[in-house]
Amino acid sequence: MLSIDNLHASVEDKTIIKGLNLEVKPGEVHAIMGPNGAGKSTLGYVLSGREGYEVNEGAVKLNGKDLLELEVEERAREGLFLAFQYPVEIPGVSNMEFLKESVNALREHRGEEPLTAAEFLKKAKAACKQVNLPLDFLKRGVNEGFSGGEKKRNEIMQMILLEPSLCILDESDSGLDVDALQVVADGVNSQRDGQRSFIVVTHYQRLLDYIKPDFVHILADGKIVKSGDASLALEVEKSGYAFLGKAYEEADA
Amino acid sequence: MSEQIEQALSKQYEAGFYSEIESDTFENGLDESIIRRISAMKNEPKWMLEWRLKAYHSWLEMEEPDWAHVDYPKVDYQAISYYSSPKSMKDKPKSLDEVDPELLDVYNKLGIPLHEQEMLAGVAVDAVFDSVSVVTTFREKLHEAGVIFCPISEAIQKYPELVKKYIGSVVPRSDNYFAALNSAVFTDGSFVYIPKGVRCPMELSTYFRINEQNTGQFERTLIIADEGSHVSYLEGCTAPQRDENQLHAAVVELVAMDKANIKYSTVQNWYPGDENGKGGIYNFVTKRGICHNDAKISWTQVETGSAVTWKYPSCVLKGDNSVGEFYSVALTRGRQQADTGTKMIHLGKNTRSTIISKGISAGKSNNAYRGLVQMGPKSDGARNFTQCDSLLIGDQCGAHTFPYIESRNPSAIVEHEATTSKVSDEQLFLAQQRGLDAEKAVSMIVNGFCKEVFKELPMEFAVEAGKLLEISLEGSVG
Repeated sequence: MLSIDNLHASVEDKTIIKGLNLEVKPGEVHAIMGPNGAGKSTLGYVLSGREGYEVNEGAVKLNGKDLLELEVEERAREGLFLAFQYPVEIPGVSNMEFLKESVNALREHRGEEPLTAAEFLKKAKAACKQVNLPLDFLKRGVNEGFSGGEKKRNEIMQMILLEPSLCILDESDSGLDVDALQVVADGVNSQRDGQRSFIVVTHYQRLLDYIKPDFVHILADGKIVKSGDASLALEVEKSGYAFLGKAYEEADA
Repeated sequence: MSEQIEQALSKQYEAGFYSEIESDTFENGLDESIIRRISAMKNEPKWMLEWRLKAYHSWLEMEEPDWAHVDYPKVDYQAISYYSSPKSMKDKPKSLDEVDPELLDVYNKLGIPLHEQEMLAGVAVDAVFDSVSVVTTFREKLHEAGVIFCPISEAIQKYPELVKKYIGSVVPRSDNYFAALNSAVFTDGSFVYIPKGVRCPMELSTYFRINEQNTGQFERTLIIADEGSHVSYLEGCTAPQRDENQLHAAVVELVAMDKANIKYSTVQNWYPGDENGKGGIYNFVTKRGICHNDAKISWTQVETGSAVTWKYPSCVLKGDNSVGEFYSVALTRGRQQADTGTKMIHLGKNTRSTIISKGISAGKSNNAYRGLVQMGPKSDGARNFTQCDSLLIGDQCGAHTFPYIESRNPSAIVEHEATTSKVSDEQLFLAQQRGLDAEKAVSMIVNGFCKEVFKELPMEFAVEAGKLLEISLEGSVG
């Protein structure tokens, strides 16, 4: 599915990712944890191809394709989905209109017929229901006036609609209360079908109570410094990132 | 902004072809004899010629205005030809079948197939090619309803009383420099009269095109909606791509009698010049309407073309309870400059006006909104609402807002809202991450920004306007 080999990346000439290796197989859920400033969000942006995030070294393959060669939208069409930590508002463009274009762009790439308005609406309604969003969300501007929790649920709703092969969730738990967290987690879990893979980026262990990872990786100073199973997350929960050494204790505070 | 936007904005002008059509064109220059010749070519009555000459003499006394936020080399008014007519027009066609096929082909290229429109769309088109009205479709059907829709040159012959009474009644001969020039040399344009209580059975439409080199286009439109009548009028414009600047100085006058309703929509796509600012149309236009009691005038414009635009469609709300509206989308890119807006002059009681202006600037362009809301001493209970939004694409363009508010009535209420925003890299990234390419993303964002105005456009125009924006924005992502 996804294979990251010795990735080095920088933002504005500052190296953030410093030799990262990761192998994600179909159906697996990988959690990436780490202190603030470790490069967790950067990883998501680098993989999705955001402008300003330069890859200096290394290779990334998605389903056998050289991901780094592709434009942002091409990566999306190849099945990479990034759920944003802080999704931006697009005033005046309705969620419905935006998502329909988006779904059809992906379908076109796969050589499928575009959905009609009615077909799309049916799917969109079902996706909204799944994450407890009222239907009028489809009519509202993209993220316009949404609360933090609504934005997060909206991201998951999009993920459900777009049916990606690799989902990267960037701190999809931040700022959520327990109920909202449950909704987000249920949405994600419903999409686990043994084929679709997930990279769950989070600062806290809490989310992993709801989305059970197959692997947990600790990212620090741009590298994966420790990997393990779900129990590693619990360890972090108990004793923080102290095991990383003194430099990280404060960052974690 | 990323390079993609830049590419999208450098998109070529699609209506930039030139048609080989034989034409009679006056030598360049302007003096009394030219005006006499124009008048004679049109077989005009004496009063019309005198009116033109008076306008010409006031024009000579006037100075070209320089207050607009635009910068262009002085126009040499002696280097322009003031009359050009396709040769085949000499024997005017009675129907579409008699029209020069090459000319019809031009319209087809522009996407206004007259034949098709005649059969399908139910739109009556008065197409003005350079200076002469080519053909007016649907005249018969309109005639049955008592509606007059014809070239203004014809109206001067057939309905001299109406023309004489109303021409210059809203935009006086010497109103401003360009209006005075137009009054002196206007060559054609449309005339509309809707009788009392009649709802015009179809949307009326004019398509303007400047074809010949070094010609100016000075059309004059006069629309009179008699008591209780309704009319919706559409106007579209294009011009071929040329290195020289061309002048377009039109005048539009609307008269809405008691309880009448006029909706005037424009999609303006004159050649904007190349990316270095070479060539393009100077669009210096005066549009104004007067509303009598309980009447309503609504201006909707989508302006994407022209090198320099100077245009303020306005409403004089003379009658009590009359309503004025102005909905505008102005998009500038490359080196385009636009200074556009409106004037709402509230004279009567309980008059209301709404102004929604959406300015989009990209490339190295400059886009200014200039608006005046004036509440007269007798405008008790008058209200205005103005919303003026600017959207910037890239970091080398400018958006400017010059609102003027003059209230001389304490009971009048004036509201003004303004915003400036940018198409951000984050928005583009979000859209691209969802599989949309950058151009699609920008056009979607811009369309969203313009939504409030597009919904005011007649259906088929709204589609055209959306497409036009999309074309205009291609290459603007960067």
